[in-house]
Amino acid sequence: MSRRTRISVAWVALAGLAVLLVWAYAGLPDFGHYRGPYGFVLDRIATPDRHMANVVNATTYDIRGFDTMGEEFILFAAVVGVVLLLRGEEDEEAEDAIRSDLVRVGGGLAIGLLFLVGLWIVAFGFVSPGGGFQGGVALASAVVMLFVAVSYRAWRRVGQETVLDPIEGLGAGGFVVVGLAALASGLPFLTNFWGPGIPGTLWSGGSAPLVNWAAGIEVCAAMLVLYTEFLEAHVVPSIRGTT
Amino acid sequence: MTLATLVPLQSVAFALVVLGATAIVLTHDLLRLAVVNGFYGLILVLLFVVYGAPDVALSMLVVSTVAYPLLLLVAITRIRKGK
Repeated sequence: MSRRTRISVAWVALAGLAVLLVWAYAGLPDFGHYRGPYGFVLDRIATPDRHMANVVNATTYDIRGFDTMGEEFILFAAVVGVVLLLRGEEDEEAEDAIRSDLVRVGGGLAIGLLFLVGLWIVAFGFVSPGGGFQGGVALASAVVMLFVAVSYRAWRRVGQETVLDPIEGLGAGGFVVVGLAALASGLPFLTNFWGPGIPGTLWSGGSAPLVNWAAGIEVCAAMLVLYTEFLEAHVVPSIRGTT
Repeated sequence: MTLATLVPLQSVAFALVVLGATAIVLTHDLLRLAVVNGFYGLILVLLFVVYGAPDVALSMLVVSTVAYPLLLLVAITRIRKGK
């Protein structure tokens, strides 16, 4: 097929796609006109019953906490898979120096800022938008900034298996332990125990904030394990190659 | 804020999405693409915020500006090493 024919075929396909998309979008309910029943049910449960201002996290960590546990272990298994594929022999130090003052100063400030923001996103997960998953990645990004702004050696103090594996285990295991605690007190697995607390404060949501913190720790450690493996397998050899 | 005051912001966000997506298509250098893609992610974050979905915006923020660019950088390093 010549280039000309290929381009005309592409235009025909794109036009068809455009028609289908416009047709599909025209059939969507108007903005703010939700049709399904579940949103209304959740709206009635989350704040009045569970005292959680953030309905999204009330759903994720309480009402369908069991599914979230499954998701957490998907992440856990994926990270274990990456580690199995990439973990080689421990490699020696890579020398690197960050030469840009801007990167050093800006990055250094970003470490503290990102860490605080991460903690805040996890902690206030039931009050304002946020929660364990997003906060966990933000916390991990604070640690990654060590590599970006300080040095590979500074990063390696945290980015190694002896540090990260126990933390990841704590996160994944903590989720299950909270579930089992409910079971031990005679309730179904992962039932929200403890009083619901005062809505709109950190003391709201009962035992679900514990699950939220477990998810935050797990996600943070999982991201860091991934970065450790990727940096070691691919980026460090190229640093060493250039110096 | 009422929905009506957000309409101009929503239009701006949509226009930025179109510009950002075009910029991605027109960028050929892989390393630059990783950065441009990060900015495009930030535009999407803005879009989600002005449409009243702050939770989705936060998820997009951490994925598009932290998690994904790093994986892209690793992939690019690997490709460059192979050459």
